[in-house]
Amino acid sequence: MEKVSNKKFYLGGLLVSLVLAGVVSFYASSHPDGLEKVAEEIGFIETAKDPATAGSALADYGLAGVENERASVGIAGVIGVAATGIVATSFFIYLGKRKKQ
Amino acid sequence: MHIPDGFIDLKTSAAFAAIGAAGVGASLKGATRQLSEKSAPLAGLTAVFVFAVQMLNFPVAAGTSGHLLGGVLAAVLVGPYAASLVITVVLIIQAFLFADGGLTALGLSIFNMSLVGVWVGYGIFLLVMKVLPMKKPSVAIASAIGALISVPAAATGFVLQYAVGATATYETSAVLTAMVGTHILIGIGEAVITFLTITAVLASRSDLVFGFKGNAHELEIR
Repeated sequence: MEKVSNKKFYLGGLLVSLVLAGVVSFYASSHPDGLEKVAEEIGFIETAKDPATAGSALADYGLAGVENERASVGIAGVIGVAATGIVATSFFIYLGKRKKQ
Repeated sequence: MHIPDGFIDLKTSAAFAAIGAAGVGASLKGATRQLSEKSAPLAGLTAVFVFAVQMLNFPVAAGTSGHLLGGVLAAVLVGPYAASLVITVVLIIQAFLFADGGLTALGLSIFNMSLVGVWVGYGIFLLVMKVLPMKKPSVAIASAIGALISVPAAATGFVLQYAVGATATYETSAVLTAMVGTHILIGIGEAVITFLTITAVLASRSDLVFGFKGNAHELEIR
């Protein structure tokens, strides 16, 4: 059943995620998403406020100060993958271990 | 479907934050039961993958895009409780680091995507699996159908919040029609991505997939 070793599986998954967030993300559609579009069409988009985190150096998936759009979104994506990986993996490994106690 | 601050009033946002917190609390209990040392790293990888794919907005209709929510994908891979936590972690990171979705609206988004999307979609997955044989293609197909439904379901969660506490005064019925219509289209993208990902994981490591064969059962033994 285990056709692929743990190491290969997890490294492969991480690599795919890095390529998607770091490279492919540049080609993502920049149109408003479903909720935003509906809000525009109906009119309640005007009630939206900038989030308190709008000043974040990574706001809107771009690294502040990096002019090159491709690099800006790519670096933001890689940072996001790293942050999610560290936070989520340590959290779930903690949960997985806690059960035994 | 990340809700910005301002759409929904603070009172309603706080109420849904409380419901969201209760749901996350229940998910912590459930996930502690269902996760093992073997499946815990997969939950981490699932969060990473969902974060990455959520960056990839795909075009759906004129001038509109959508992206993966990932609730059913996560539920079939690591179980529904851990899936709610996976999506919640992703939403928190997106709100705090990337200013994607408001902070006062975080509870609203957690309710829609981490709870409604995951559980409605996973429920549909279980229903479809009842009529299909326990084979790999069935799991991928049932996941895709669950994923398809999970997106308009999560969108309906927003409509509920709008009905209860919108700061604007436009008719709820108009919001319902537009939200469900648009999100059925986005659901098709959700179904395709979920189908392909589940198929790939089943082909390489079916032993890790919660929704396949005895894996779920095995994990629930204490």
